[in-house]
Amino acid sequence: MSGLLRHLESFGALLLAVIWISPLLFAFWAAFHATTDAVNFNLTAPWTLENFRTAWEGAPWMRYFLNTFVLVTVILIGQFIVTTLAGFAFAQVRFPGRDIVFILVLMQLFILPEVLIVENYVMVSRLGLFDTILGVGMPYMASAFGIFLMRQAFKGVPIELHEAARIEGCGWFGILWRVYVPLARPTYLAYALVSVSTHWNNFLWPLIVTNSPDTRPLTVGLSIFGAPENGVDISVISAATIMSIAPLLVAFLVFQRQFVQAFLRAGIK
Amino acid sequence: MAKHVNLERRRQAVYGWLLLSPAAVLLTTFAFYPSLATFWTSLFSRETRRRPSEFVGSENYSDLFADPTFWTVVYNNLIYAAATIPISMVIALSMALWANSKIPARGFVRTAYFTPTVLPMIAAANLWLFFYTPGLGVLDQIGSLFGLPSVNWLGQPETALWAVIIVTIWKEAGFFMIFYLAALQTIPEDLKEAADIEGASRWTYTRRIVLPLLMPTTLFILVNALINSVKLIDHLFILTKGGPNDASKLILYYIWEMAFAFFDAPQAAAMTILVLAVLGIVAGIKFTILDKRTHYQ
Repeated sequence: MSGLLRHLESFGALLLAVIWISPLLFAFWAAFHATTDAVNFNLTAPWTLENFRTAWEGAPWMRYFLNTFVLVTVILIGQFIVTTLAGFAFAQVRFPGRDIVFILVLMQLFILPEVLIVENYVMVSRLGLFDTILGVGMPYMASAFGIFLMRQAFKGVPIELHEAARIEGCGWFGILWRVYVPLARPTYLAYALVSVSTHWNNFLWPLIVTNSPDTRPLTVGLSIFGAPENGVDISVISAATIMSIAPLLVAFLVFQRQFVQAFLRAGIK
Repeated sequence: MAKHVNLERRRQAVYGWLLLSPAAVLLTTFAFYPSLATFWTSLFSRETRRRPSEFVGSENYSDLFADPTFWTVVYNNLIYAAATIPISMVIALSMALWANSKIPARGFVRTAYFTPTVLPMIAAANLWLFFYTPGLGVLDQIGSLFGLPSVNWLGQPETALWAVIIVTIWKEAGFFMIFYLAALQTIPEDLKEAADIEGASRWTYTRRIVLPLLMPTTLFILVNALINSVKLIDHLFILTKGGPNDASKLILYYIWEMAFAFFDAPQAAAMTILVLAVLGIVAGIKFTILDKRTHYQ
């Protein structure tokens, strides 16, 4: 009886997995087949790369890839610098007003950049950053989530190491750079994976701040390419979609364990 | 000696503020100042070529409350939250329980559940177009096998919002699963052994031990899901554009439309303030209830 139940459960788990992955599989299949074969589920139809060629020629994808790549890099570097400094201040430096400022920082978790799009758009234009990659990235650099994560990581560093470094004559910055940053490496990795996948996927804010192919990231490029006005068919859209998610998807399949660990690590705290 | 301590304290304060300054400047520029500016904007009338903007107090808010589209959007967003949150959480929990038990092909199962999470919502919407397109889409093809008529899932008011909801659930469940999985792995093995010795069934063990221990995680996910139910609108841009007839329009999309399509910044600001107020209440609940269970130290 319990054996039967167990089989049923395994079956349920597998069925759900197949359902969950099926949109991706269908798109994959459609991308490699002629449109008429794809929509008729002609299983014996020949495979083709034609859709990829059409999609590739339909938009400056190389530029979009490059923009997304530069964008996630700029954001990550900014986040590392800002959150390291702030996280260290909150974890290891005692100064009046620290707790109040910390609560203010945590408030940003709820004042989402996504909700403040209108004023942030005004701000970015005022700073002369409209239609620049820096303009897309800047609102995310002082991430409250990142500051919190770094603070937690730095709090776990034994104070003895801090004091030893100080006796050796290290200044504040030396201690931060030689003791804290190396010890927090797993947190940096986790944060980097979460941040890169978030900003690789971000859409609404880049849509608002970018205005030309020179700055537009993949997500915005993909949405313009797939717009019904462009009259592209489903196989070509699938090809474009597969193409633009491929790097992140491959990275995820290769570093799956790290990805999941990163989300776990970032989530538990 | 006392002087020395005092000096050290002052030095620490200077260091502290110096270290914080980049974060403080950026947060002020892109979070705190814009929040206040939004509130300020929401109190003024819209600037036109003939009339400069002037102080109108709460008029933008009363206009908003008189706008039937606003109420449609609020109603849609409530349905969206009420459907996506519990369904994706229940699916996430079952996924986690399965992914944590000994089943065949566990690696594949876990990957399949989690993959949608790493895809951009825009790409997810493109994939789902393949299901929803009338006549050609997978759903219609399956339907026609059973002799069902073709349905325009995205093009009719009755189904458009639900089509959007399903895509959201598909995208969210795997993400929430990760948190449940993490929590499940912290439950000590001996509890299971003890339950086995007592002769408790697996269902009893799950209901009486596992589920209560997962409560803090459930609350954590709930808060995240609430925030996401405002935030996740990217697929609207591909699937429905809020239509037909506003049937699938959500609040953040309406804010975007108001500001960047109708160029009515004060109305958009008033709506933003209302969203911030709701998120503020969620934050308040989180900090008072949730933090009693999970202590940040």
